[in-house]
Amino acid sequence: MYNEKVMDHFQNPRNAGEMLNPSGVGEVGNMKCGDIMKIFIKVEEGRIQDINFLTFGCGAAIASSSMLTELVKGKTLEEALNITNMDVAEKLGGLPDAKLHCSNLAADALHKAIENYQANNSPV
Amino acid sequence: MKRIYLDHGATTPPHADVIEAMLPYFRQYFGNPSSVHSFGREARRALDESREKTALALGVKPEEIIFTSGGTEANNLAIQGVVEALAARGRHVITSAVEHHAVLDTVKIMADKGCSLTVLPVDRCGIVDPDDLRKAIRDDTVLVTIMTANNEIGTVQPVEELARTCRDKGVPFHTDAVQAIGSIPLDLRGVPIDLLSLSAHKFYGPKGIGALFVRKGTKLGKLMFGGGQERKMRPGTENIPAIVGLAKAIEMATKDIPGKSAAITVLRDRLIEKLLNEIDAVQLNGHPVHRLPGNVNISVNFVEGEGLLLDLDLNGIAASSGSACTSGSLEASHVLMACGMDHQTAHGSLRLTLGHGNTLEEVDYTVATLKNSVDRLRGMSSLYKNYRRQVDKNHAGGEKTCTTKR
Repeated sequence: MYNEKVMDHFQNPRNAGEMLNPSGVGEVGNMKCGDIMKIFIKVEEGRIQDINFLTFGCGAAIASSSMLTELVKGKTLEEALNITNMDVAEKLGGLPDAKLHCSNLAADALHKAIENYQANNSPV
Repeated sequence: MKRIYLDHGATTPPHADVIEAMLPYFRQYFGNPSSVHSFGREARRALDESREKTALALGVKPEEIIFTSGGTEANNLAIQGVVEALAARGRHVITSAVEHHAVLDTVKIMADKGCSLTVLPVDRCGIVDPDDLRKAIRDDTVLVTIMTANNEIGTVQPVEELARTCRDKGVPFHTDAVQAIGSIPLDLRGVPIDLLSLSAHKFYGPKGIGALFVRKGTKLGKLMFGGGQERKMRPGTENIPAIVGLAKAIEMATKDIPGKSAAITVLRDRLIEKLLNEIDAVQLNGHPVHRLPGNVNISVNFVEGEGLLLDLDLNGIAASSGSACTSGSLEASHVLMACGMDHQTAHGSLRLTLGHGNTLEEVDYTVATLKNSVDRLRGMSSLYKNYRRQVDKNHAGGEKTCTTKR
């Protein structure tokens, strides 16, 4: 069902866990589909210095969260905003069709985390 | 890696004696039972004997057995056949919310074609209340179809009472007994079931073969047209090796059911007890007592079932889940939802179905493996973190089994 790369990220997820005092947090998903992803970012000098995820979901949901964190670490906010869900799936070497649209939401969660950071840090 | 098979609800390994019984019918006895010559007569003899064995195992007459391609075809033939045959009497069909798709999808098609349909609810353990059935039967009811035992949660219905209710009102009663045959005793001499579906691969027989029992006097239309096989009810050259395999398998499966069930029930109850005691926030789905001897279905809260299945598979353990992610339809199990479960709990469902080959050591290894997987996945789950914060505040603990009248 899943390729080796997806299984590797499922078995050995990168950057899983909660982050203390994040600069921004984004959460997407709903319980009906059974996938809920939460992304935490630490931003310094316009770059994402650190990133963590917490995901309730299937193998594809966990693997895409993990892959996203690898893609994003060290990127500028602008670069990070350009990353799409399909980029994540591509980097994973593809996901089963049924999972592409329901479990592949990590980039959406990242974008929300960036928006959250920007809202927190907008000049008053 | 040692592999452990805990998915006997999906299919069972064919018994060695079943395979042995089948082999000659692939090789020397390959004749067509409709042929007049000696090759045909050999195959005919095997067909007749298989029908007799199957009938004997169920306590019915040989002419009441129609061999089909499996449980799905048997269910289709029963439902579509009765509805068509009794069209002049009425068009109302009653079923339950927890049926297998082979029944539910068929009755829904019947509804699209103009039947009216009543889907009876179940309680939190998955049991149909016979009082609900009594109230639902109308003058134009032509068929009631309710399964003997559920494939996902293992709940065993009060099928005798449901059948009697139908008999009292003169309505044909069909039951999908695919999961029940060989697991719970079922003697059709004493129970007024009019039609019953079974499938050989669920009781250590081959795939692609099943049967429909149709009690003498029950009116039934046909699905297929062609030759005169199976009294014209199921035309097409009979699959003799598979039929021989079914007969051997049902003969073996229905011998000493109480003894064999008791052995599997010991494993089941140990598995349930260890899972509920050793893993936090786990609940048993289905009925605590009225359940198939080999069925364990739990919900592991705050994790998603597919993740559990993948982890178990990586450790050689085969199981299944009612989670949307594993269904192919992206919908959580209709059975769990009918039992009043919320989406989150349904997504965390895990089915472990035991069979004759399983051991206590396998049960213990499975619990240990599952514990590691649950810890790992909950470590990544924001829902679990929220729950722990709540629990630490309130010392809350949920119910571990469902509540039911029965």
